[in-house]
Amino acid sequence: MKFTVDSQAMKDVYIEELLEIAKTNQDIVVLDADLMNSNGTIQFMKTFPERAINVGVQEANMIGMAAGLAATGKIPFTHTFSCFNTRRALDQIYMSVAYAKLPVRIVGTDPGITAAFNGGTHMALEDVGVVRGIPTMTVIEPVDNVMMRAILQDVVDLPGPVYLRVNRKQPVQVYSEGTELEIGKGKVLREGKDVTIIATGIMVSEALQAAETLAEEGIDAKVVNIFTIKPIDEELVVACARETGAIVTAENHNVLNGLGSAVAEVCAAHCPTPIEKIGVQDLFGEVGPIDYLQKRFKMTAADIVEKTKLVLERKKKGC
Amino acid sequence: MKALDRQEVQKLEEFAREIRIETLKQFGNLGFGHVGGAMSIIELLAVLYGKVMRIDPKNPKWEERDWLVLSKGHAGPALYSTLALKGYFPLEMLKTLNQGGTNLPSHADRNLTPGVDMTTGSLGQGFSTGLGVALGHRMNKKDNYVYIVLGDGESQEGQIWEGVLFGGNAKLDQMIVFVDYNKQQLDGYVDDINPLGNLKEKWEAFGWHAQEVDGHSVEEIYAAIAQAKAAKGQSSVIILHTIKGKGCNFAEGIEFNHHMRFKPEQIEAAIEALKEVE
Repeated sequence: MKFTVDSQAMKDVYIEELLEIAKTNQDIVVLDADLMNSNGTIQFMKTFPERAINVGVQEANMIGMAAGLAATGKIPFTHTFSCFNTRRALDQIYMSVAYAKLPVRIVGTDPGITAAFNGGTHMALEDVGVVRGIPTMTVIEPVDNVMMRAILQDVVDLPGPVYLRVNRKQPVQVYSEGTELEIGKGKVLREGKDVTIIATGIMVSEALQAAETLAEEGIDAKVVNIFTIKPIDEELVVACARETGAIVTAENHNVLNGLGSAVAEVCAAHCPTPIEKIGVQDLFGEVGPIDYLQKRFKMTAADIVEKTKLVLERKKKGC
Repeated sequence: MKALDRQEVQKLEEFAREIRIETLKQFGNLGFGHVGGAMSIIELLAVLYGKVMRIDPKNPKWEERDWLVLSKGHAGPALYSTLALKGYFPLEMLKTLNQGGTNLPSHADRNLTPGVDMTTGSLGQGFSTGLGVALGHRMNKKDNYVYIVLGDGESQEGQIWEGVLFGGNAKLDQMIVFVDYNKQQLDGYVDDINPLGNLKEKWEAFGWHAQEVDGHSVEEIYAAIAQAKAAKGQSSVIILHTIKGKGCNFAEGIEFNHHMRFKPEQIEAAIEALKEVE
């Protein structure tokens, strides 16, 4: 299978789309903590200076002020790297935003290994886990530019707080133009009957690649993209478990508390199924190019193939 | 804003006394509570709700209202008494403080209590949300005021100083911040734990219009609010020198009065003593 890397960075598509929405929606407010040039929010500042705030390097205050803005009817989007926009300001997200029922949109960029040259200190591998544990939070990881364009208006319209996990860089194109995507619903990208690979973010294209390789070996793998990690599409996950009897999850995150855990929770409750998880195996991140880090943390298509074979062995043994 | 006349001063002092009594009754029903920091902000609440704020107790979410953000959320019971006395909800409801299913939790909650504008409790956070409310009003071209109440122990939080830096630069002149400088925190005296030093100079260094007043004088509080409102183009703070546990005879002057346990007769005696002051 041939994948195309999109010519546009996802951060640029995000801002283009947000600017478009903000033209008619006067309540959209952008906050950034000294990463406007990295996140592309500088374009918003240039277009709507009266609705953009660069708070400087103060994430806790940014989240709190966003909550206050939401209380006056504004629709605030906060921006900084995933690590700072979640764990750095977690109690603020918990109390000032979610507990207080103030719908702030938290946009975390450079999640997981896409933090690359910023290294382990900046590599959010727990962000989905920490925000997923907060009631009312919606957690979304857009896969490509088509998806970003398709869902952003719905992100604006959601009644509660949202964590949007955004790979800033040029994404691999997974969806064709015009694909309909709905928050809370997973998407079946390839049918298969032996096993389901459930992937999110940068791992979706790896999963599709792995399915090609598996097909060559006579293994028929279904590939599903779960981009709304919370609330997860339980119906689809259960259907995959029932129909294929084995699941491999693939995420750019610690295998604890992220997509793999969410899938396992659903299966444990409704349809116990052997599951193997691709992702960072409870380790800290480290510095390096993304392709190095994918190999280092066993997050390539080849690793998915290997885990798929393992889970199929378990399926055969019934464990 | 003209200075208060004698009759107005008396009226606000009487309001403060009523708030204090109703707050002690709430604690009395429980046998424990955050007595110290509730007692120290009562004159401020009396001035704000008795004279300064544009409010409609029958319409707590009124768009034109002034907001109060009680960043030191543990003083919730003092705010609840004030709101009940103003008619936001029946006085009877004050008996439900901290009971299962209550609308009056220990720490202030915007989704539970009519008249409570912000959810607070984790210290430092209310300040930022208050700044956000002031920014929202400015963006919406509204003239509502926001009043934010910080604690002195709370001022040890890093988030407070993030807010002081941002707020000084943002020049939010439809917002007044109050610091309840009662010199005590849960574990004892602020000066023994992590002293704040000269708070007025610190806030001034961050660009704020800063004043210091006797936080138990309704006249001084009111005059300071008038001055703060006159300081256009600058964010304002008023540091209230207060006494933790003020007016509650078993709490005032006690080192560990942040959260106390007491007997019903202690509350009764404290209320009697307040009634005698007339």
